Amino acid sequence: MTEQRHQVTVAVNGVARRAEVPARRLLADFLRADLGLTGTHLGCEHGVCGACTVLLDGAPVRSCLMFAVSADGHDVTTVEGCREPAGDLGPVQQAFLECHGLQCGFCTPGFITTITAYLEENPKPTEEEAREAIGGNLCRCTGYQNIVAAVLRAAELKREREAPHE
Amino acid sequence: MSEKHVGRPLLRKEDPRLLRGDGRYLDDLGRHALAAAFVRSPVAHARITDIDVGDALDVEGLVAIYTHEDLPGRIAEPLPLLIPHPDLTHARTPYCLADGEVNHVGEAVVMVVATDRYLAEDAAERIQVTYQELPPVVGIDQARAAERLVHDEIPGNVAARSVQENGKGDAHEAIAAAPHRLTLDLAIERSASMPMEGKGVLAHWDADDRTLRVHTSTQTSTSVRLAVAAKLGLPPDRVEVIAPDVGGGFGVKIVHPWPEEILVPWAAMTLGRDVKWVEDRREHFISSAHERGQQQRIEVGFDGSGRLHGLSVEIWHDNGAYVPYGIIVPIVTSTQLLGPYKVGAYRVEFTSLYTNTVIVTPYRGAGRPQGVFAMERTMDAIAEHLGLDRLAVREANLIRPEEMPYDQGLVFQDGRPLIYDSGDYPTMMRMIRDLVGWDGFEAERAAAAAEGRRIGIGVAAYVEGTGMGPYEGAHVKVETTGEIVVSTGITTQGQGHYTTLAQIAADALGVGVGDVTVVTGDTRRFKYAVGTFASRAIVTSGNAVAVAAGKVAEKAKRIAAAALGGGVRAEELELADGVVRHRDDPARSIELRTVAVLSNPLRYAFDEAAKAATQFAAAVTAGDEPGLEATGYYMPERSTFAAGAHGVVVETDPETADIKILRYCVVHDCGVVVNPRIVEGQVHGGVAQGIGGALYERIVYDDAGQLVNASYMDFLIPFATEVPHIQTAHMVTASGVNPLGLKGAGEAGVIPTSAAVASAIEDAERDRAVVVRRMPISPSELYELRKGRVHV
Repeated sequence: MTEQRHQVTVAVNGVARRAEVPARRLLADFLRADLGLTGTHLGCEHGVCGACTVLLDGAPVRSCLMFAVSADGHDVTTVEGCREPAGDLGPVQQAFLECHGLQCGFCTPGFITTITAYLEENPKPTEEEAREAIGGNLCRCTGYQNIVAAVLRAAELKREREAPHE
Repeated sequence: MSEKHVGRPLLRKEDPRLLRGDGRYLDDLGRHALAAAFVRSPVAHARITDIDVGDALDVEGLVAIYTHEDLPGRIAEPLPLLIPHPDLTHARTPYCLADGEVNHVGEAVVMVVATDRYLAEDAAERIQVTYQELPPVVGIDQARAAERLVHDEIPGNVAARSVQENGKGDAHEAIAAAPHRLTLDLAIERSASMPMEGKGVLAHWDADDRTLRVHTSTQTSTSVRLAVAAKLGLPPDRVEVIAPDVGGGFGVKIVHPWPEEILVPWAAMTLGRDVKWVEDRREHFISSAHERGQQQRIEVGFDGSGRLHGLSVEIWHDNGAYVPYGIIVPIVTSTQLLGPYKVGAYRVEFTSLYTNTVIVTPYRGAGRPQGVFAMERTMDAIAEHLGLDRLAVREANLIRPEEMPYDQGLVFQDGRPLIYDSGDYPTMMRMIRDLVGWDGFEAERAAAAAEGRRIGIGVAAYVEGTGMGPYEGAHVKVETTGEIVVSTGITTQGQGHYTTLAQIAADALGVGVGDVTVVTGDTRRFKYAVGTFASRAIVTSGNAVAVAAGKVAEKAKRIAAAALGGGVRAEELELADGVVRHRDDPARSIELRTVAVLSNPLRYAFDEAAKAATQFAAAVTAGDEPGLEATGYYMPERSTFAAGAHGVVVETDPETADIKILRYCVVHDCGVVVNPRIVEGQVHGGVAQGIGGALYERIVYDDAGQLVNASYMDFLIPFATEVPHIQTAHMVTASGVNPLGLKGAGEAGVIPTSAAVASAIEDAERDRAVVVRRMPISPSELYELRKGRVHV
């Protein structure tokens, strides 16, 4: 009983990555086990907690609910790809640091990716919108208040960093 | 002197790593390890009559299949009873793999090892276990009725029965003699810690070195080490246990050794290959521990001002199928129930009962939410009975600051007397009154009513024993680079110890927090520790770090005095800004890192720093040990008692009975605060779990003992949209039992939430005479209560 393997090519954080995987290999397991990108975490493996959220062509998806073969030919952004090009913390990551938006850090990657995508859509959210924006991700540590603050702070940082330099 | 770091809201040192995606959680390790999966019982109570592995044998990548029959020596025996107690007369603990009988859905029966987890699960699915089902005992009512037994040889399903009295007279007589009396029957349902990362174990056996290295997502690596060594028959010095980054614990990961913590290392030794097991979410629901789950009967006698004369409480506690963690939860409930109050004569009796369900062990709060619910529901019932203000009744019973330290006359969970060391409860109650807007609330209620809305307000207070012993320790070392390395045996699951312990060390050594690196939960670095639970880590380990760093500072002064010469004495020196300097003449100074060099007299100059310390150059103090380092321990005489009060305003929908929290306020006293940003975060997280326990979270078993909501779709952890903004106010009554004045903060937020929310809902519904006697409460249950139906 040998599983058939399939060639998959995915542009992960801007770099083309190739691997041969069984059809049933989850995108999350592909990223973590085949590519060694362990920043993406699995909290429930049934699509509720959002810890495994990555961006597929810029839109948040649960990588525990998607097969690696389905991502063939697509762009994927993980938490590792939410840094600045030089490796410094990206605006959402920096905002989480400043606002104490994480405790154990396990759910955090899913929040980082979700908020990164959200701020592209809504660069200047209100507090209420910020709370709604993270309403699909579970965190067991923070009570969310500091994550809401981090969304607002990230929007600020993003605007500052994207403002044309004089 | 440099500016102190303790007390400042510094950003966390651990965060950049975690935010970049560079954390190292259990499943991020051991990429090439074999994977384990388990066949778990699908039934609640049964005898195993056959295990047929035939169909699994041709699964590609299968390495091994183990049942109880395959387990050698002590691994085949039951797991240890971690916390024995004289009242725990009928203790049963589980086996690593079931030995012919299963007692709850999820109990491990067969272990499968394969080249990856997909294949291990393929094989597990093909293993046929035949069960001869027995009638299950589910829920406290069935356990009490004892028409069926969980364990044939344990009469009445009773694991333990325990009585405590506070030495202030006979409670029943005091109640009988009091001007007023009430009886309340209460219940709290099951919930669970539910950290976002489940458990997991990775084991590596080095056959050449005969050393076992175990990584496990635990709250106590030192104790896992001793337990694994004992079970596997290895000398403890041949076992290393490391807690890597841990994705939340909240109590469930203090239990140890879990079956997998024995089986995975044993398989790694047996197979000579690295083996890893990572718990999935369903496994976590059906095989890791739950908590809460009590029934209570309260009898109280009081006078016309609401002052208690006597209190008698009977508790029926569901401990699940086994009691590996003893009876800590009901002990905590029965002692911490008293809160900030003087209750007159007190008698408490608890019965800890077996059921065919997952084991019950501490979850954040650890029995306190149940106790506070009992006490605060009682306070509200007294106010209602007498027509008095609910806060006035509470205030009439408060322990006064001038009565501190206050002996409650009971034995606490650490076996020491329940003596509150410090606290100012009247101030605390005044603060929550102001913060939640108690005095102006009737106007607010009237304004809401004019809009057809109904709102209610509630307050609940608690006292929490924190920082219990027996001890914690730390090792502090100044490297020749100037880096300070602090190693402590406590583990960390997000509480910010890499930052808070660095703050304490930095102050003792006159360096910046950036110069300090903290190592936790790694037995290779520090072997003696108890663990992180019971809001104890910062109290015990923080004081130990201060002791060790203080010793290092003294040693640095001795060596620096000798090096500086000119008659300088160690007592005249201080540590600041990374140097050891003369107090009155700061120009006479020597860098701390140079002192570290001098502290280790060398024969061989292997680099520039070492050259300064060779035998012809070094200023060495005779009699000292080499190295600018020291080990220190803190052993508390007894627990230190934190306190707080929560106030909440809720709105209940007149039609749908939907319950919405409009305002949530917290007054919190955890003694001297090391890092206010981190403490605030701990409070927020606790409150969110408290709100989950008040309105959403419940573990539901059906009559057959099936856990019917074993997923995040059905077990309702609050999302951001369910947790309100939390307003906090802090007060500081320094601990009377430890040098730094610290009290624990980890569990506080969760403790009084159900009690406060119940009070507020009842207040909002007072026109309809709704009486809330059990939590959590859903809109449909409130709807039924409005119709006068009993809440079951």
